[in-house]
Amino acid sequence: MNGQDIRRIEQFLYREARLADEHDYDGWESLWTDDGLYWVPAGGDDIDPTTRMSIVYDNRRRISTRIKQFHTGKRHTQIPASRLRRVVSNVEILGAEGAETTVEANFVLVESRERGKEIWAGRYTYRLREVDGELRMAYKKVALVDNARVVPTMSFLI
Amino acid sequence: MTTTIAERYDALIEPERVHGSLYTSPEIFADELEQIWYRTWVYVGHVSEIAQPNDYVRKTIGPQDVVMTRGADGEVHLLLNRCAHRGNLVCEADAGNSSSFRCPYHGWTYRNTGDLVGYPFPQGYGGRGKLDELGLGRVPRVAVYQGFVFGSFAPDGPSLAEHLGEAAGELDRLVRLSPQGEVEITAGFLKHRARANWKLLAENETDGYHPQFVHQSIFSVAESGIGALYGEKSTAVTRDLGGGHSENDLRPEFRRLAAPMGWFGTTEKKVPHYVAAMRERHGDAAEEILVEGAPHVMIFPNLFIAEIQLFTIQPLAADLTVQHVTAIGLKGAPEMNTRMLQQSIGSVGPAGLLLADDTEMYERNQAGVAELRPEWLDIRRGVGRESVDERGLTIGGATDETAMRGFWRHYKRLMTTDRVAAGTAAGTPR
Ligand code: FES
Ligand SMILES: [Fe+2]
Repeated sequence: MNGQDIRRIEQFLYREARLADEHDYDGWESLWTDDGLYWVPAGGDDIDPTTRMSIVYDNRRRISTRIKQFHTGKRHTQIPASRLRRVVSNVEILGAEGAETTVEANFVLVESRERGKEIWAGRYTYRLREVDGELRMAYKKVALVDNARVVPTMSFLI
Repeated sequence: MTTTIAERYDALIEPERVHGSLYTSPEIFADELEQIWYRTWVYVGHVSEIAQPNDYVRKTIGPQDVVMTRGADGEVHLLLNRCAHRGNLVCEADAGNSSSFRCPYHGWTYRNTGDLVGYPFPQGYGGRGKLDELGLGRVPRVAVYQGFVFGSFAPDGPSLAEHLGEAAGELDRLVRLSPQGEVEITAGFLKHRARANWKLLAENETDGYHPQFVHQSIFSVAESGIGALYGEKSTAVTRDLGGGHSENDLRPEFRRLAAPMGWFGTTEKKVPHYVAAMRERHGDAAEEILVEGAPHVMIFPNLFIAEIQLFTIQPLAADLTVQHVTAIGLKGAPEMNTRMLQQSIGSVGPAGLLLADDTEMYERNQAGVAELRPEWLDIRRGVGRESVDERGLTIGGATDETAMRGFWRHYKRLMTTDRVAAGTAAGTPR
């Protein structure tokens, strides 16, 4: 990939955002590579997740468990599902290594639930990989602006 | 006034039901701060969070911002984060290492024991050393058990040992799981907000009736043995430990299964170094420890140990609570600690596969309790099948509300006897 692919990368990020916003769990899961890693740090953006608590630190297998849990229809925090819409912006390609491109973007997300409205914001870091001619996520990190503070339940796909 | 405060709580708390206003009334919440949070022993933090001399970490007792410090001499202090001059916060960082705190407003400086050591331009006060009586507020009593630091705003009263009573044995059981006999709290905390009353959290921690329903979604997709522990056929028991403390004693089930490390859902083959280190330390006793595993204990009013996780319940308002949660580390057991951390991250906090659903229940409960009718919450489950164990403690079945009844008995005692006079040190004006 090179700089000309920014449009393609943006399209991928927007699609990922829409699938998450609309709780299209299977569609979202299909964007991952087989070795994907989904990480939402806590208490800072650059903690060591092997020694410190994170909000989410899912290997590919746990991503799959998370998705299966939604499908049971008994994941109470998502019954009814949060109404979500996010804006993804400031997309930048930060580098490429081998088959992977590192991309960052800002996001703002509004969540509406019976308990009230939450605003979530932060910076996404992706590592995207070309698999059989398609882009896939090998890594998605979500650095919440609030990750060192008190956070309400966040059981949707962020 | 026709009724005393004591009579008021008598009318709200019955052995088998409690009144909904206990969860919603701001006046009762203010009263709880005085009678419970600013009076009884409250868990604050763990010594491993301030391992080195002059380490400090910001903590809380209810809404109060407390700095837990270790003096140069190694002693643990609990200081209130409020300058004695004009009230500014003296400690802004979450944690660090410093022998003193300097207030950013006018530069007054305090030792990490709370003493005032200096103030700029001392001539305004007639010279140096004129304000010796001023210092940071202190939590008057600090006591440590098995590395767990507790504070009490009451200058005297029951000792920590008296407060912990039978619950102390559960902390003993926990530290035994470390090959060095100590736990470590070093993984940092998730801070999860619940728009709910703190007592809903405390009551739920040893409620064995809900897991099958609230956590069915995760039990059904992850191979987990937890569900069966809280079923009709489980031989586990709920125990009222007295003093408001309670536990789900899962040992009968684990003993029946007789599988070392089964309590952690794993086998000895997966953690060979840990098992070897435990056998080395404990000799023959290791087999029992490895089978029985960790406690599941709620220590009144705010410390919950759920096997491998530590929760602190922090009340902020009648309908607002923060759950601070982290993975417990076992000193000398890196192999276990990696697993316990990853399992904890998956389970707890805002996105946890388990705890997010509990929090959803607390919030729905809070919304429901605010409805006018019916006014009472029922806690009679298992009343007819309780018994007394060899220690003289009341036990119920795995799914019984024995723990809640014990919680409320203690709560009522604290709220009705020896009422604190208005205007105590940490008091909110009444
Ligand atoms: S308020 Fe702290 S020095 Fe004045
Ligand atoms: Fe639960």
